[in-house]
Formats: sequence, structure tokens, C-alpha cells
Amino acid sequence: MDLRDTPDEAEFRAELRAWLEANLPEERRGWRGGEQRFGDDFGREWSRKLYEAGYAGLTWPKEYGGAGSPYSYQAIFYEEMALAQAPGHVGVIGLGMAGPTIIAHGTEAQKEAHLAKILSAEEIWCQGFSEPDAGSDLAAARTRAERKGKVYVVNGQKVWSSFAHIADFCILVTLSDPSAPRYKGLTYLIVDMHAPGVEVRPLRQITGEAEFNEIFFTDVEVPVSNRLGEENDGWNVAMTTLLHERGTLGFALTAALDVSVGRLVANAREHGNGDAGMRERVAAEWIELQALRYTNYRSLGTLQRTGVPGPEGSAIKLRWSEQNQRLTKLGRELLGAEGILDDGWWHYQQLRSRGNTIEAGTSEVLRNIVAERVLGLPRSR
Amino acid sequence: MDFAFTDEQRQLQREVRGWLAANYPLDRDWENEDDRWHELAELGWLGGADLSFVEEAILFEETGYALYPGPFLVTVGFALPFLRDDERESVAAGEVKWSAEDRGLVPWLGSVDMVVDSDGNAQEARGEELPTVDPTRPLGRLERTNGTPLPGSRDVARARTAMAAEALGVAQRALELGIAHATTREQFGKPIGVYQAVSHALADTYADVELTRSLVYWAAWCVAEEGEQAPVAAAAAKAFATEAAVKACERSIQVHGGIGFTWELPLHRYYKRALWLEGFGSRPAKLRAEVADALLGVAVTA
Repeated sequence: MDLRDTPDEAEFRAELRAWLEANLPEERRGWRGGEQRFGDDFGREWSRKLYEAGYAGLTWPKEYGGAGSPYSYQAIFYEEMALAQAPGHVGVIGLGMAGPTIIAHGTEAQKEAHLAKILSAEEIWCQGFSEPDAGSDLAAARTRAERKGKVYVVNGQKVWSSFAHIADFCILVTLSDPSAPRYKGLTYLIVDMHAPGVEVRPLRQITGEAEFNEIFFTDVEVPVSNRLGEENDGWNVAMTTLLHERGTLGFALTAALDVSVGRLVANAREHGNGDAGMRERVAAEWIELQALRYTNYRSLGTLQRTGVPGPEGSAIKLRWSEQNQRLTKLGRELLGAEGILDDGWWHYQQLRSRGNTIEAGTSEVLRNIVAERVLGLPRSR
Repeated sequence: MDFAFTDEQRQLQREVRGWLAANYPLDRDWENEDDRWHELAELGWLGGADLSFVEEAILFEETGYALYPGPFLVTVGFALPFLRDDERESVAAGEVKWSAEDRGLVPWLGSVDMVVDSDGNAQEARGEELPTVDPTRPLGRLERTNGTPLPGSRDVARARTAMAAEALGVAQRALELGIAHATTREQFGKPIGVYQAVSHALADTYADVELTRSLVYWAAWCVAEEGEQAPVAAAAAKAFATEAAVKACERSIQVHGGIGFTWELPLHRYYKRALWLEGFGSRPAKLRAEVADALLGVAVTA
């Protein structure tokens, strides 16, 4: 156990810090998230810069354009990005989900076609998993893919797809064999979002913004060569995607929380500094942040040792989402009337945080996962 | 950075757990316990093995997990930093048990030999002993004499982290007892763990336990390295861990239903240990106030 950087890690951290100092424009620090992620061209430009400097795909194998670095470098990357309040790479879905799934299940041609472009933000990806009648229950997906010669013809509707309106490709879970038993009739496809028959409609959410979209597929032809994994084996491929979503998410989430807690502490110094109750709540949030931070570190230690993230990682998203809801509420409360002014940072974050316990696995599903897979309790379904 | 135990530390943890499980099983005679102090000395736990504080934290965690009855927490966790080399040697040999006074109260006053008083002087352990919520952990009021000055000083971060580590062990055991019951107890024709009202409570305890573990190991590392963050890490760990242990026991009692409320099941003993740990030293709200002072500066009255 040693929480200090190794000499190599320290060098990487120092270089990254200097690079951010030199390349990140002052006015781009402290971003709010949400629609800002898509708002202007800066996102792609910035992502490309990160790529060119070697900071995209740090843990991806070198042969696919990554840096082949240990996971601790990814952790340092998130910490330094948070410290600089730098916007992240826009290719969140590509980097965290589509890319690792292609590395695990893709053909050489698919790897060749997409991996480098995901890193450079030349291709933006979105995820087509949830449907109006298949939310937590992914295996209930009804978007049809019918094999006709060299193509699948896709018809159906997906929902809650962030980035879909600017995306070039979609990782899509489809139903290819309606007569097969549950989990056995799904096929996982890579779909060109510019193909005829793909229609994207923004979904206005609680904040008034539209970060998410509905995607409608009408007779969309997808080449069979765009299939990831075997026909009717899409469930297993999708599990790879979700494993990666949850595996690498922890550090990114905690980094964002780090920025918010920093802002909370700064606000608390100005407002409510004499209020013992407020002070205690701020301290409690800081403590919970440290607990999440070091839980990430422990999970990372297990990952480095065994190649699989430790089970403790399954608690991170659950607790992060609940903490973000508490702390955004506290931030807004601290500022009094100023906290409810429109354009306020905290009330926006508080509204947005309501989605945190729903997106990327509802808290109810995550508790089921902990209960069944980590604690070994009997299955409820 | 590598936030994982070394192979040696994992080995130590297995050995400690094994020894404690063999000597302090859940079906032991709780009313007549032997603290096996000389065996602790032989195992090197009393300073003889020259363990770092990260390894000592493993001992505290495991003594919490097994609900070890003797004054290990106070001798090693509280008193050791005050002592001269020759005094440490007599502790390591298992010859002298120590406790330390904290705001007028001395844990295990009746069963230790010597006490570090609140001015950092050595005193013979004399005075009135009072029972507490945890029958294995009485507190006493020291009959003060002038005492003999000791060379060391109070290591608050060490003492707090030791208590936090014990609380971690308590919380982990309460969780395991809850899981075992939810897996075997059947109602309405199914093991009760299939009901989400039950399983989600245990999932929440799991999350609490893992977050606690992270804070405790972080604090232990800071104490071992004498890091700048040791005081705030220890305050955070003690506040979080003791509250988590109390909650873990309360949820486990609820999951057990009626049997959880009985004297027969040892769960109440874990609950009482958790309450003792939460109450002794500084309470969680006070510790969070200390963390707030570190983050925000001392409060200015509005």
C-alpha cells in the first residue's frame, strides 16, 4: 500500500498539469456540463487536442491507438482534469463503451475502421439500449433486426440516447429472433447514424435542456459486417459494454464531484460560515467524497492486480448519485434566494442530479446487483 | 499509487482472523472470557512484531470483527505513543497493560496496570470503575496522584483511527450475520433475501462498509506515514466508521426480526460495541466540526 505516485506516475502528472496549463483557455474552465457538451465546436477541438497529446485512450492497447498505460494513469488523468476544471473528451460513449466493446468483440475491419477515430473525436458515438418499454429490463428490447441477405433491416425506437443528435454511429441492441428464449434472441449492431431511415428527436428534460434523444429506425439497412459478436449473442456483447460503463465510470464521476465539493467549500466560506449546521453538512460531503475517492483507488488496486475491478466498485455509482443529489441541494440552500435565481449553477445541478439515480443503472437495479452478485443473496426474479 | 494490501499484509490478515476465530467463536461463553494477553504478546501484536500502523489497523479491524474482549485498543492504540523504550518492551512482552485517560474517563481502568493521565503522566491504575453500554468495556474515574512524566505525547489520529478500524470490523460482521440470516430464513415460502425491502437494506450496509473501509485504510496509511492529512483523515474515518457500524447493526437487527432483539443472538453485543465506539472519544458531529474547521477555517459568527 502506497498512496504516493511512483516516479513515472509523478512525471506523467507533472507533464499533464503543465500541458493543461498551457492549452486550456481560462474561459473554458469550470464548465457546467449538460447541453454545453454539445453547444459549440470547442468540444471536438478540445477532444482532438487531448488525443494528439496522447491523453485519449490512455489504457487502450497501443495497437489500437491508445497509450497502453496502467489504469493508475487514467485515475491521475481524471484527478488533474478535475483540478484544472477542464472539460472532458466529448467521445464519452465511444471511449468508455463502444471502443472497449469493439476491442473485445470486434473484427479487425471494425477495429481498423473505428478505434482511432473514436480517440480523435472524428467519430462521435451514441448508445441505443433503452426503449420506451425496456428501461432497466434491457432483455425486453423490441427494436427489430431482420436479416435480409447482406443486411439487417432495423425498425424500432430507442430512448435516452445522449449525443445521438450529433453522433455518427450508434451501438444498438436489437431483437433478431423473437421466438428465442429471453437473452438468446438479441443482436448487437453498429449503426451509421447518417443512414436513411434514422431519425433523431431531442428529448427535453427536467432542466429544460435536451441532452438526450429518442432515435427512430425505419427500414434502416445495416450491413451484416457491422454486427458485433455473433447473431443472437448480443446479450453477452451488451454485458461487456455495461461492465466497461461501470468499471471506468467511478473515477470520472468522482472527479466531477471533486469540482462540485470544491465549489461548495468556496461558497460555504462566503455564505453560512457561522452556521454550525451548514458547516457540518459541508464536512459530511467532503468526507463522503474522500470515501468514494479511496474506494476508487481500492477498486483500481484490484483491477491492476487481477484484471477485474474489485466488487467494491459496484457501490460507487450508487453512492455518487445520492451524494450529488445531497450536495447540489446543499449548494443551492447555502446561497439562499441567490441559489434559486435562474442561470444559477446549483439549482441547475440540483435538477440535473435527479437523473443521476436513474441513468446508467437505476439505484434499485444497482442495489439488486450488489445484493445478488456481491452479497450472494437469492435472486429476486 | 497502489492502494491495496501487500501479500504479507493479506497473509497477516488471514492469520489474525484465523487465530481470533479459533479462540473467540460466536458460540463462546460470553460471560467468562479470557483475553489471552500473553498469547497476544507471543503473536507480536503488542509491539513485538514491529508492525507499521497499517498492519496494526488490520489487527484493530479484526479484533472488532471477532469482538475481542481485552484492552488491546487502549494499550496499543492509545497508550503506546507516550511510552519510554523500556516501557514499550514490557508491553510487548505482555507484562504490563496500559490505558489512557480521555476527558476524565479511563477505559478498562480495573483491568489495566498503568494509565497515561490527561497531562501525559504515568499513573498506577486506581479508581472507581463504571459499567458501560458494552459490558466488555467499562470506563473508570482515575484516582489521581502526581504521576511520573512520560516522554511521548498523545497521538489523537492514531487513537481515532484504531477505533474506526474496530468499527469497520464490527460493521463487516453485522453485515455478514444479516446476509447469513436473509439467505437461510424462509417466510412465505422463500428465503427473505429475495424481498428487496430486505436485500436493499443489506446492499446499503455493504456500500457503507466499503466506504468505511476506504476511509479507515486511508487514515491508517496517513498515520503510518505521519502525513499532514492524518488528523483530518482520522477525524473523517472515526465519524464515518462509527456511524456506519451503528447503522449496520441496526439494519442487521431489523433483518433478523424477532431473534435480532434477543440476548441469545450475539448481534446485540456488536451493536453495543458500535455504540461504545461512537460515543467514546469525540462524537461524530464534533469530528465533522473539526473537519469543517480544516476546510472552512474557524467559524465566524454571522
